Amino acid sequence: MDFLNAHLLTLILFAPTAVALLVLLLPARQVGVIRWVAFIGSLAPLGLSVFLWFGYRPAEPGFQFQEFVPWYQAIGANYHLGVDGISVPMVLLTTLLTSLAILISFSIRERVRAYMVLFLLLETGLLGVFLSLDLLLFFVFWEAGLVPMYFLINQWGSENRNYASLKFLIYTMGGSLGLLLAIQMIRLVVGSFDLPVLYSQWNLLKGTLFGVPVGTVKILAFWAFVIAFAIKVPIWPFHTWLPDAHAEAPTGGSIILAGVMLKLGAYGFLRLLLPLYPAEAHDFAGVLGGLAVAGIVLGAFASWGQKDFKRLVAYSSVNHMGFVVLGIAAAAWARGSASSGDAVLALNGAVLQMFNHGLSAAGMFLLVGVLYERTHTRQLDDYGGLFALAPLYGGILIFTSMGSLGLPGLGGFISEFLVVRGSWPIFTLYTAIAMVGLLITGAYILKAVQKVLHGPVNPQWQGHSLEIGVREALAISPLMILMLAIGVWPAWILNMINAAVMHLFG
Amino acid sequence: MTFPILTIIIFTPLVTGLIILLLPAERKGMIRGTALAGATLALLLSVVTYFSYDTRAGGYQFVEKVPWVPEWGISYHVGVNGLNLPLVLLTGLVMFTGVLISWGIEERTREFFAFLFVLATGVFGAFVSLDLFQLFFFYELAVFPMYLLISLWGWPKMREYAAMKLTLYLFVGSVLALVGALAMYFASGLHTFDMLELQQAGFSSAFQRLWFPVVFLGFAVLGGLFPLHNWSPDGYAAAPTAASMFHAGVLKNLGAFAAFRVAVMLFPEAARFYLPWVVVLALINVIYASLIAMVQTDLKYVIGFSSVSHMGLVMMGFASLSATGILGAGLQMFSHGVMTALFFAVVGMVYDRAHTREIPQLGGFAKKMPLAAVTFTLAGLASMGMPGLSGFVAEFPLLLGVWQRYPLVAILAAIGVVVTAAYILLLIRRVFFGSMPAELEHHVGDITVRDKAAIILLAFILVALGVYPGWMAPLVQSGAAAAMKVLGV
Repeated sequence: MDFLNAHLLTLILFAPTAVALLVLLLPARQVGVIRWVAFIGSLAPLGLSVFLWFGYRPAEPGFQFQEFVPWYQAIGANYHLGVDGISVPMVLLTTLLTSLAILISFSIRERVRAYMVLFLLLETGLLGVFLSLDLLLFFVFWEAGLVPMYFLINQWGSENRNYASLKFLIYTMGGSLGLLLAIQMIRLVVGSFDLPVLYSQWNLLKGTLFGVPVGTVKILAFWAFVIAFAIKVPIWPFHTWLPDAHAEAPTGGSIILAGVMLKLGAYGFLRLLLPLYPAEAHDFAGVLGGLAVAGIVLGAFASWGQKDFKRLVAYSSVNHMGFVVLGIAAAAWARGSASSGDAVLALNGAVLQMFNHGLSAAGMFLLVGVLYERTHTRQLDDYGGLFALAPLYGGILIFTSMGSLGLPGLGGFISEFLVVRGSWPIFTLYTAIAMVGLLITGAYILKAVQKVLHGPVNPQWQGHSLEIGVREALAISPLMILMLAIGVWPAWILNMINAAVMHLFG
Repeated sequence: MTFPILTIIIFTPLVTGLIILLLPAERKGMIRGTALAGATLALLLSVVTYFSYDTRAGGYQFVEKVPWVPEWGISYHVGVNGLNLPLVLLTGLVMFTGVLISWGIEERTREFFAFLFVLATGVFGAFVSLDLFQLFFFYELAVFPMYLLISLWGWPKMREYAAMKLTLYLFVGSVLALVGALAMYFASGLHTFDMLELQQAGFSSAFQRLWFPVVFLGFAVLGGLFPLHNWSPDGYAAAPTAASMFHAGVLKNLGAFAAFRVAVMLFPEAARFYLPWVVVLALINVIYASLIAMVQTDLKYVIGFSSVSHMGLVMMGFASLSATGILGAGLQMFSHGVMTALFFAVVGMVYDRAHTREIPQLGGFAKKMPLAAVTFTLAGLASMGMPGLSGFVAEFPLLLGVWQRYPLVAILAAIGVVVTAAYILLLIRRVFFGSMPAELEHHVGDITVRDKAAIILLAFILVALGVYPGWMAPLVQSGAAAAMKVLGV
């Protein structure tokens, strides 16, 4: 037990790698065995992160379950892990969605072993970002997660996969360049990669660096961080890789992309940007908020204009993640001022929205995938009246879409309300425009539901069995339960988030 | 007297080569077996040396010094420290894997292995030399067999041209450096070629500034510094696989290492004066060569230019004259060597099966040779500096060192890394994925067990260094610190 507590984060982090190695040893032809080993193996990190959830004590400040081992001593980087109330929900989200995505990927028939291995390695990469308390380690995992995702899109994606995967990789790597250089600069100036050290020392710098005033250097570094994270979130206008990557990825890949990978960017804002650059974040909060609102409104319009179901869902991420950024921008602006209570509310909303969007976007992509596997089309005009043919699928789709739309009673409502409530006194105009965006959100989701489920039955599908299978229904049910649980009684998760937000930014 | 392990490492290949020459030419199995035995011994000895080096004590260890031509102050003086020891290990690795993947050479097998082994002795000897004359001796010993390897076993279309071009470039370079060495010998008044003594000679500033460019550029030719890199892509394209691995993976490092070891460390004052210009040239290497790699259609040329681009980073790290920059350069030499050897090994396997290296005519190789595809991908990811692989571990401190003095250069060099990502990924996709052309479909088979062993070993090292740099970084760091002391910065 002591061992478990002392090394819990390492176990969570590398359990997927261990399972990947195990899968690699299985004979490639035993497809069934590979699938089940991968799935059951992926339950191990999930179980451990549930254990983490209950072992974490929200009332205590600071990072918990810390582990510290020297790693790359020559340049002063360490293997330093730790979690707070922002990262614990993200860890749970990652391990949950990975298990579900593996379950839904049972329909992959080509090179199953390679697929599962990449998927599990991807999980380690993603978890590493949420667990790192060392800037270099953070960057290592930040980049390392790209590679499995690139190959998942490139090898198992649909027609336009070559273009989409390269665009995804070059876009994100290019975005990370500035981050890399800024990290190096911080290392040169402060002499450490350790986040707790940087939190206390980076802001004390005065005078000049490289012959330039510290303020200027910090503004440049700030924007280097912002661009890297903004591409990942993605914030308008850095989002153009997203519709391609999401639409071309296999279903499991889309689930992880939308459910977890986009959160990495938002998490970067919370873990690095706000603590390291409070002054710069305050100065540029107006710009960030404006971009967030642009993302909310334009993302909704773009989504509305799509003819392809999967692209519609992809653009909806731009719309929903806009609220995360709006909350963060509002908090950056108001921090330490009279309205800091509102800032805390907005941040709570932003973190919860990250979690909720993970649930709803994953669910939506899962459902798009289910339909595509049966019809081999993603064009909304090819569907129609499917409710009659697949009543259970229809019910689940409506439920999930309502979660995505922000219907009261489901999770999305709580988090969007918190963001809007927190931002209103701070960025009134932005928030008002964002509300208009919400209307369009309703419009495009209803449009999708209507085109797929309602209207006259498209005769093309008469006699086809389009109903959702047991495995797929099982995969989506945890998402639906969580959406409902957060919507009805959000306190169980908000307690944890709020404590961390108060400690960090209160 | 201690056990002369370095001498044994140096001469194991030469002795093996001579034994091979004595074997009857038609007994190819025996020739290959002897070659493998010799290569294994050299590798094992270099591994033993590597892990018995005492990092805490630092400095030159396993030193042997015997007068050679005492009247001229020439001695046989060898020793390893944190900068050259990884290169000894690298040479052992590339030699061993080079033998494994050259198993299929049927044409004059005996002479091929003999020349390859003479080359290896030259490289081992040059890396561990602490005497300037001896360094040149081994340096030339390494360059000459390459001419024969390329012109006899190379790619028929251009082997004569490429062999001649490569050899002339390198000879001119080494003659220049040799003239510089003689100038040092006479100017120092110490009557010695011993580098550790010449380090203390205190050459006048004017003398240093006059001779530094000569010596530095003379060696930098072999390192592939822009605009003297021209020989290298042609040379690799024409060379047989094992020779490409050796040349790109090891000899180029020898050029960069010698430029640093001789020119920079013996002329520290001039180095500080000229190195900003070297940084600029190296930056051109990094960016220009990666852009050229992007438009090549011949697989080997892509890798050749990619190697030139990476050597630019090595030179840049050395030229930054900072402890982290030199640490990065030291690691990058090793990482680049392993990665490039792996690249060329797999390219050779593809070529042997497809009989073409034109990228548009290839495709779908991952299905036929999955392990080659996976290891090539790992090398590709290492070359684009992906965290978790050796390239990141090397390039991060390297750029960190460059940052300290030339922030703008670091930023531009980092852009070269993204260009690398683009061409490597396109290359991997076009060669290994997609559909295989029909005419290749029926005669392309999987690689042999020996091929697999070689590329797994190389790929394992890329990952091992990337995940846990602790088994090499402290060693190189101690070497970098010692160099910094000599440089007085």
